[in-house]
Amino acid sequence: MTTTQPHPKTSPLIELSGIAKTFVVRRRVGRLRRTRAEVHAVSDLSFTVSRGEMVGYIGPNGAGKSTTIKMLTGILVPSAGLLRVAGIEPSRERIQLARRIGVVFGQRTTLWWDLPLRDSFGLLRRIYKIPPARYRENLDRFVDLLDLGPLLDVPVRQLSLGQRMRGDITAALLHDPEVLYLDEPTIGLDIVSKARVREFLREVNAGQGTTVLLTTHDLTDIEQLCSRVMVIDHGRLMYDGDLDGLHSLGDSERTLVVDLAEPLPAIEVDGGRVVRVDGPRQWLAFPAAASAAPLVAAIADRYPLADLSIQEPAIEAVIARMYAEGVAS
Amino acid sequence: MVDALRAYGWIITMWVRSTMAYRASFLMLTFGQFFGTGLDFVTIFIMFVHTDELGGFTLPEVGFIYATSGVAIGMADLLLGSIERIGQRIRDGSVDVMLVRPVSAFVQAAADRFALRRLGRILQSTAVLVWSLTVLDIHWTWDRVLLVPIMLICGTVIFCSVFVLGAAFQFAASDAAQVANAFTYGGNFLTQYPPTIFAKDLIKAATFAIPLAFVNWMPALHILDRADPLGLPKAFQFASPIAAAAITLVAGLAWRAGIRSYRSTGS
Ligand SMILES: Nc1ncnc2c1ncn2[C@@H]1O[C@H](COP(=O)(O)OP(=O)(O)OP(=O)(O)O)[C@@H](O)[C@H]1O
Ligand SMILES: [Mg+2]
Repeated sequence: MTTTQPHPKTSPLIELSGIAKTFVVRRRVGRLRRTRAEVHAVSDLSFTVSRGEMVGYIGPNGAGKSTTIKMLTGILVPSAGLLRVAGIEPSRERIQLARRIGVVFGQRTTLWWDLPLRDSFGLLRRIYKIPPARYRENLDRFVDLLDLGPLLDVPVRQLSLGQRMRGDITAALLHDPEVLYLDEPTIGLDIVSKARVREFLREVNAGQGTTVLLTTHDLTDIEQLCSRVMVIDHGRLMYDGDLDGLHSLGDSERTLVVDLAEPLPAIEVDGGRVVRVDGPRQWLAFPAAASAAPLVAAIADRYPLADLSIQEPAIEAVIARMYAEGVAS
Repeated sequence: MVDALRAYGWIITMWVRSTMAYRASFLMLTFGQFFGTGLDFVTIFIMFVHTDELGGFTLPEVGFIYATSGVAIGMADLLLGSIERIGQRIRDGSVDVMLVRPVSAFVQAAADRFALRRLGRILQSTAVLVWSLTVLDIHWTWDRVLLVPIMLICGTVIFCSVFVLGAAFQFAASDAAQVANAFTYGGNFLTQYPPTIFAKDLIKAATFAIPLAFVNWMPALHILDRADPLGLPKAFQFASPIAAAAITLVAGLAWRAGIRSYRSTGS
């Protein structure tokens, strides 16, 4: 936990520098021949994550997100570069590191398929050597927060996806890890389950100071949870910063929706351009980074303005543009 | 090491508890193993109906050789027979899960789905062993008395190593298929997977060829006071601990190499 660490701020919790992972694959050519090919899943990746951060890690399919997480957990050995998590080199000291991290794979369970949740948790208690009192406390809290009570005696294989995910998240947190990795924790969940999982993660991050790194394809996760977002594509880091920065980076525009007193021809004004007219209502695009005030003032000056509203650019559109550009480059 | 053994204990305890929830089916499966493997011996028994000796050995002598190897295989199978399931886990990428827990992957793979019903085979072989020892007229000397438990322990170790070697081999064997799989984003890997079958054959060949000589045949010749038909040096009859140590070392190295070469899957 944060307070027990000697250097809470001086050294980052997660540190990557020049990390690469190359898979050698054998491709089939013709019926029998095979050639070797290299897949650069991650190339020259460098970033740091400090204690207590909640970071979103996004990118299109095959970008290298899961590969990064597997290196951070010690499952995969990097082909190049330097990697430290809590001062430990994951692939070398995997078992020591395992006590200090929690991992959730959205695509696969870390629980024992044939055992009831309760037994899985009990076994984890022993494996992670969680003090019994701490275990009870944590379990009670997670059961309460994630509404697991009725599910504790159900074998994992009988749980629905959303139920299983809640079980998996609990399993990853019972031993109070310093850092929690989640690889697509909301995949396949309905709106209610997603909301519950997000609420829970926020609580864990804010309440216990657990550092969280999560990958997702649902940008709402990022918008609602993460102050920082990293975008990776083709194994390279394309962006690292806050959400707002991502907006401006996407070179995006906001939309000013104005309702005039009467239907009029398209407004002509500096700093904005009409993209749509529908009776008295007009839509004007203007740069996301610019302030709306001068634009509104200029319009109100010359037109009979009845009402107005501003639409933020959809983050989806920004990201989609980034991904598309990434693919093109 | 102590940690690893304790973790092994916890995992198998949990599996035993969960099988005991279905006690009737557990008992049936155990008896099934008992009688299923017992049929082997019945076959041998039938061969002796019309003759007193087979290849120069009497029924109790054959029973002794059969039972000592049976106990060893049974023990190895009970202790870490589940390790062969690693092949499936490598291909579906669920070894990932083992690697994020603070227990060695070896312990987890060995204890995975620990099946107490495998006691059935051990019990059956033990019964034959006890029978053969009571009927056989062995000239018991100290070295012969000692050789019996040594034979059983070394045999267990050797068979365990053979299982581990087979499992380690699956890391290499599944490499090609798994990569193809990751590359085609979940294409039908089953059709591209002859290596498993190959691995099974290899295990079988190794299971019967290499260890049997040391586990069983050589020390048994001494206990039964028989001349070695192959005329190998007498020292071989006491060499099973050395053979066991050697094969354990090889298996350990192979397993480590296997884990290090593990590359997960693309999804
Ligand atoms: N075990 C593997 N063997 C060979 N290639 C792999 C392996 N794992 C991943 N790859 C390749 O590495 C690249 C990155 O894969 P990765 O799973 O990290 O992507 P991702 O960002 O998690 O994508 P997704 O959003 O689809 O989950 C892909 O091109 C993939 O084919
Ligand atoms: Mg992924």
